[in-house]
Amino acid sequence: MASIVLRDIVKEYGDGFKAVKGVSLDIADGEFVILVGPSGCGKSTLLRMIVGLEDITDGDLQIGGERVNDKAPRDRHLAMVFQNYALYPHLTVYENIAFPLRLTKGQYSDEEIDRKVNLAADTLELREHLDRKPANLSGGQRQRVAMGRAIVREAEAFLFDEPLSNLDAKLRGQMRTEIARMQRKLGTTTVYVTHDQTEAMTLGDRVAVLKKGELQQVASPRGLYEQPVNLFVAGFIGSPPMNFLPGQVEGDSLRLPFVDVPLDATLRERIGERSLVIVGIRPDHFGDVALLRDGQDAGVRFSADVDVTEWLGSELYAYVPFDTHPDVAAKLEELDRDLDGEGMRTQLVVALSSESRVRDGDTADLWFDPARMLVFDPETGENLTRDDDLARTIDEENEEDRKAALERAQARERREHDQGRDEARAS
Amino acid sequence: MGALSGRQKVGWGVITVLVLVYALFPVASVFATSFKLPSELTSGRFLPSSWTTTNYEQILVGGAQDLFLSALRNSIGISLIATAIAVVLATLAAYAIARLDFPGKRLILTAALGVSIFPVISIVTPLFNLWRSIGLYDTWAGLIIPYLSLTLPISIWTLAAFFRQIPWELEQAAQVDGATSWQAFRKAIVPLAAPGVFTTALIAFFIAWNDFVYGISLTSTEAARPVPAALAFFTGASQFEEPTGSISAAAVVVTVPVVVLVLLFQRQIVSGLTQGAVKG
Amino acid sequence: MSADVAPAQGSETVRAGAEQERRNRKARSDRTRAEARLGWYLAGPAFVVMLAVTAYPILQAVYESLFRFRLTAPGEREFVGFGNYAVVLSDGVFWSAMWVTTLIMIVTVLVELVLGFALALVMHRAVTQLRGLLRTAILVPYGIITVVSAFAWFYAFDISSGFINSWFDWVPGIDENLNWFAGQGTSLFVIMASEIWKTTPFISLLLLAGLAQVPGELEEAAKVDGATWWQVLRRVIIPNMKAAIMVAVLFRALDAFRIFDNVFVMTNGANGTEVLSLLAYRQAITRLEIGMGSAISVLLFLCVLGICFIAIKLFKVDLAGARGEK
Repeated sequence: MASIVLRDIVKEYGDGFKAVKGVSLDIADGEFVILVGPSGCGKSTLLRMIVGLEDITDGDLQIGGERVNDKAPRDRHLAMVFQNYALYPHLTVYENIAFPLRLTKGQYSDEEIDRKVNLAADTLELREHLDRKPANLSGGQRQRVAMGRAIVREAEAFLFDEPLSNLDAKLRGQMRTEIARMQRKLGTTTVYVTHDQTEAMTLGDRVAVLKKGELQQVASPRGLYEQPVNLFVAGFIGSPPMNFLPGQVEGDSLRLPFVDVPLDATLRERIGERSLVIVGIRPDHFGDVALLRDGQDAGVRFSADVDVTEWLGSELYAYVPFDTHPDVAAKLEELDRDLDGEGMRTQLVVALSSESRVRDGDTADLWFDPARMLVFDPETGENLTRDDDLARTIDEENEEDRKAALERAQARERREHDQGRDEARAS
Repeated sequence: MGALSGRQKVGWGVITVLVLVYALFPVASVFATSFKLPSELTSGRFLPSSWTTTNYEQILVGGAQDLFLSALRNSIGISLIATAIAVVLATLAAYAIARLDFPGKRLILTAALGVSIFPVISIVTPLFNLWRSIGLYDTWAGLIIPYLSLTLPISIWTLAAFFRQIPWELEQAAQVDGATSWQAFRKAIVPLAAPGVFTTALIAFFIAWNDFVYGISLTSTEAARPVPAALAFFTGASQFEEPTGSISAAAVVVTVPVVVLVLLFQRQIVSGLTQGAVKG
Repeated sequence: MSADVAPAQGSETVRAGAEQERRNRKARSDRTRAEARLGWYLAGPAFVVMLAVTAYPILQAVYESLFRFRLTAPGEREFVGFGNYAVVLSDGVFWSAMWVTTLIMIVTVLVELVLGFALALVMHRAVTQLRGLLRTAILVPYGIITVVSAFAWFYAFDISSGFINSWFDWVPGIDENLNWFAGQGTSLFVIMASEIWKTTPFISLLLLAGLAQVPGELEEAAKVDGATWWQVLRRVIIPNMKAAIMVAVLFRALDAFRIFDNVFVMTNGANGTEVLSLLAYRQAITRLEIGMGSAISVLLFLCVLGICFIAIKLFKVDLAGARGEK
């Protein structure tokens, strides 16, 4: 197991196209890092450069403190799970898992191979499928075989390239927890590429968000959600996505399409000379005034004409169309393109409690807490409300949580192991 | 794939040169020989010291003219007709195989496979006897019929593979869009099927053009003898002269069209040759 | 009243249903029959022609092979049963031709397989612009008439018109007096060289198609799993294109077993280079011994069937599967 260090990694193709533009990232030993971003952001290229399937144009790549830029994939001792699993169709499940060991010629005896393969098969519940060929397996089973092949390798790190994208939604959820459990148990450094933000948020210790080959932000999932550095990260993380509204600065208040919001001193100072800003509010930061308990502080209240509602059982989405300011429209359209969006009409998405009686065509009374509102520079997209100290605290807490979880998982593993040995001895 | 490094470029350069030498050297050798003077044929050198067109004059306008030009005419005519018949029959059969469900489909494909591995010489002996008795010996028809045993099976296989890949729903889609069934076939299917048919015809033609066994066994005069057989029967300008120069010149003349076709339709030929052979 | 009407109605419905069902079945079988008929109308002519140009002659050959029959003396036709076969099979000439044919088949197919695989790999790896050039070059030998190839190689090696002797006189054993076509070994060498040159492109294109079917991801996965270049080739690529290799080998083996053109042009069977096809040709066409020639033809046909049988049964070559038929 090893740390992975990326220093100003650049990938430039023969035709001059730069897929990765100088990415630096420190991945600690045993850490689970997610590379996420819309398609074409360079995340897969970056992963393939780490594993050695793409040449590195410029920069340094270190694995376990050693520069490996010019090493062949086989000498980097990594294991990778491919998007289509890349199982060898001519080999049985057993031989697929044993494949990396068989390549080492004589380094492992047949008994050792057998022991390792069976151990991996037990971990992944593949025992009864060992004699089958990959073609006869279900998607989830193939996925597990691919993971088995990674496990026996006892690699320095695991690399995953969108491993769940070929599974259906239910299985994806299952495999996600399985991957998380396996990583905690083995404590192996893991780099995981995905475009799915649910995977990014749930799996990673830290998430690296990429846009057009450039690293935007590396932080814990909570750090990304609560303290995004810019418009892109704020828009990319969260589902349904954050609402972006034009905000006209008028003295000490901010005029939004539905309501005027008073500005506190810090924010006023940060906005400075800007007369127009982009305001971001997450859908779940809105509430239905009708559901407020007596005496509860309601923040800013406003009423709006609801176009369509969607009742999802756990919550209710209400869609509220509004006219955007022409000066921010261009910026938001550009953002939408960067996020692989469909160029939808400007509407506010509001996530209300499922008890809410707001329905299509209603004029709803809504409220939100202005303290949770994010304000972005309309030119650079920079987050003006970001609190660096708070962001650091969130990430530190996250790091502590991670270490604790890792320890717990490994303690449990030891306990189970001892128990197993005792039982074996008793019988 | 990134830009090739300098060393890779050199490596590929060397490989390309090797492949080119492999593929073209024997052709170049015949080409060089065809421009040698009769006196220079035994020089032991690759290139002629002075280039001459004597050999070409010999076969195109000179003494060997009758032999060569008639053989050329025979070869082109017989191969084209054999190809045309094979492609028409194979198109119908392949359409049925690709689109219809009927008993005996596999039988037809297996028969085609069986015929394509048939030793030509086993067919030639009985045909030789039969053609003599019914008067087809040394005629165009006498060659066209056995050529079908060469061209038909490969055409059926290649076309069946091509036709399986055509999205036939397009025909229905066109009908829903308001086309008559003939229009649907004309506008939706023919444009998709045409490249496959053309490629098949090209490959079938190559095979017919290449035949030698039928050519020497079932002909005896200029009436039907095709080029490969004629080459083997070439004689020199005089009895004591080797026909090396004339044969080389004739070989170049019949090779040029092949090279041109290969240059023009490289992609189609490759897809046609591999279509029938490997699933995909 | 309703009580006794109801069953009647019920049975009526049942009967109507059965009628409907029957009509459906009839309609379905009519449709199926019509489709089968159309299928045979379309495919029938090709099928009949194929049978006519092969099955009929081979049956005729079997029949002729049972007679002693010489075209120059048609009156002396005489039934001899398996007499011709006995003569052929007890003749050393036949067995020597059989041996030479088999040798040519084995050597050419092996060399072509290795060379063809190398060429296929080169084309597979080449960047797109280069691939077109390489494929075009490789197709030239494929398109050239076998007889032309035979002459090209013959003239290059020929003692009087060739240049090989003077080019390669530094190789031990080669000098300007070496007559390649005077000995069995050297003649077979040139014959096989021409055969290999002309047919390797075909095999390499089949192998290229096989290579293209191996997903690139498998190769990458193997590299990450720690495989060397050679291990990737041997453990991942080759096992996954076994079907393509087997088909290519079988087709070429059958083709090589029928070798005729190269031998005819270069040595005409002299100096121990007689092959089976040439032997049959000489008997039937040159010497007009129809009975004897037919017997050899039938034996040759049986050999080809035998090779096919061995390949399909022993090596499980799935021709239909590999050739695109489900």
